[in-house]
Amino acid sequence: MAVAPLGPQGLIERVLAGEPLALARAMSWVEELDEHADALLAALFPRLGNAWRVGVAGPPGAGKSTLCCQLARSWRGRGLRVGVVAVDPSSPLSGGALLGDRIRFRDLATDPGVFIRSLASRGSLGGLSLAAGRVADVLDAAGFDVVLLETVGMGQVGEDVRDEADTTVVMLVPESGDGVQAMKAGLLELADVLVVNKMDRPGGADLLRQLALAGARAGRPAAGESQGAAPAWEVPLLGTSATSGEGLGPLSDALENHRQWLRRTHGGRAEDDVFWRRRFLRLAETMLVRNFRRRLAADAALAGTLEAVRRGERALGPLLAEILERHGGGPVAPSS
Amino acid sequence: MPVTRVLVAKPGLDGHDRGAKVVANALRDAGMEVIYTGLHQTPEMIVQAALQEDVDVIALSVLSGAHLTVFPRVLELLQQSGATHIAVTGGGIIPEADRLALQERGVGRLFGPGSTMDEIVAYVRSLPGREAAGRGDSGPAG
Repeated sequence: MAVAPLGPQGLIERVLAGEPLALARAMSWVEELDEHADALLAALFPRLGNAWRVGVAGPPGAGKSTLCCQLARSWRGRGLRVGVVAVDPSSPLSGGALLGDRIRFRDLATDPGVFIRSLASRGSLGGLSLAAGRVADVLDAAGFDVVLLETVGMGQVGEDVRDEADTTVVMLVPESGDGVQAMKAGLLELADVLVVNKMDRPGGADLLRQLALAGARAGRPAAGESQGAAPAWEVPLLGTSATSGEGLGPLSDALENHRQWLRRTHGGRAEDDVFWRRRFLRLAETMLVRNFRRRLAADAALAGTLEAVRRGERALGPLLAEILERHGGGPVAPSS
Repeated sequence: MPVTRVLVAKPGLDGHDRGAKVVANALRDAGMEVIYTGLHQTPEMIVQAALQEDVDVIALSVLSGAHLTVFPRVLELLQQSGATHIAVTGGGIIPEADRLALQERGVGRLFGPGSTMDEIVAYVRSLPGREAAGRGDSGPAG
């Protein structure tokens, strides 16, 4: 079989045709901030907005991958094509990563209607990787009906997923701690649907009750705060046992309800200027930090000045201002 | 320079995944992104995962004696999918004669008991991967 090289020419058509290798390569370009990525994403842009993006966030071991697999199976049963973008952490020391989310998707491993891509967080702390949203864009443009965004396991942060997903599921487990943990700022604020998973374990019912008492329900304000006519979303609180499938039906219904609510009250991503602004800011921040680190690494005088701080001859504060002035700002260099 | 992505998989029926996990950890510590798919993978599952993940290398751990079936089938599926740029390597309990036969058919180095992590990491690093084959700005595409 003659095989065309995966170059930039023709790749867009192959992505739109849903050819697996082309999709995968397009995702790699996006992730590597490759020189071709911008042209690719620009070409895909008119095709965006059809996929329903469902984020799943929760602490490590909460059952995110298992739940995602169950949801994907139920959507497959309705004939929908499902994309999965699963993020696991990169090591801050080596830069490497062990991406293990596919293990739970064994039942769907040869289903051509399911495309799973594992991403390493690559230094991003918001629960997804920087590229995750744009990898989801590739799946969206290629005609996938639903895209699951599975975050790294996390406790009290994770705002990326809220930005990138239309509907966000936050999962807790009986081991997550008491209701006060849940009241702390962070994870719960992201939830459109709140789930206590592993209800078969001791403490599940208690946690559900405590969450209900703590009023762990916020609800996403309608776009542009134009809430006049639109009713606010009431965050449902549900118990599941993802392994056995218990509670999956009500969860699936709750997600669908949220989607319907979004359709009634929101104009969609294209009209959501907050979404594009946040995505731009996340990219800009990453490029700036990357660039700043590169400049620091090339700053021969830095070691000497830090040595002076260590000896107590200089204070860190003024030195910091000086270094920031020397290296901050300026145009962003391309990634090497 | 893109990060090297490696799929580590255990095909077949044996459940001894300790070696695969040790190797996966070593590759991770060497700065690579390792997709670990777990036990009991069929060649079809392995190749679908490798395509979707755009990996440079597939590393298979086979301790069940199924190597003469599994490795050629993975190569065949990669060829059918137009993904011959993905290198296939691995390890396990593989007799010398079988090893040579597999290498003749296009499998890369196969690591037996006693191999060091340094050897394995150095070998995986030396593979050309997707950068060499897939980029093709030359020739017609699509």
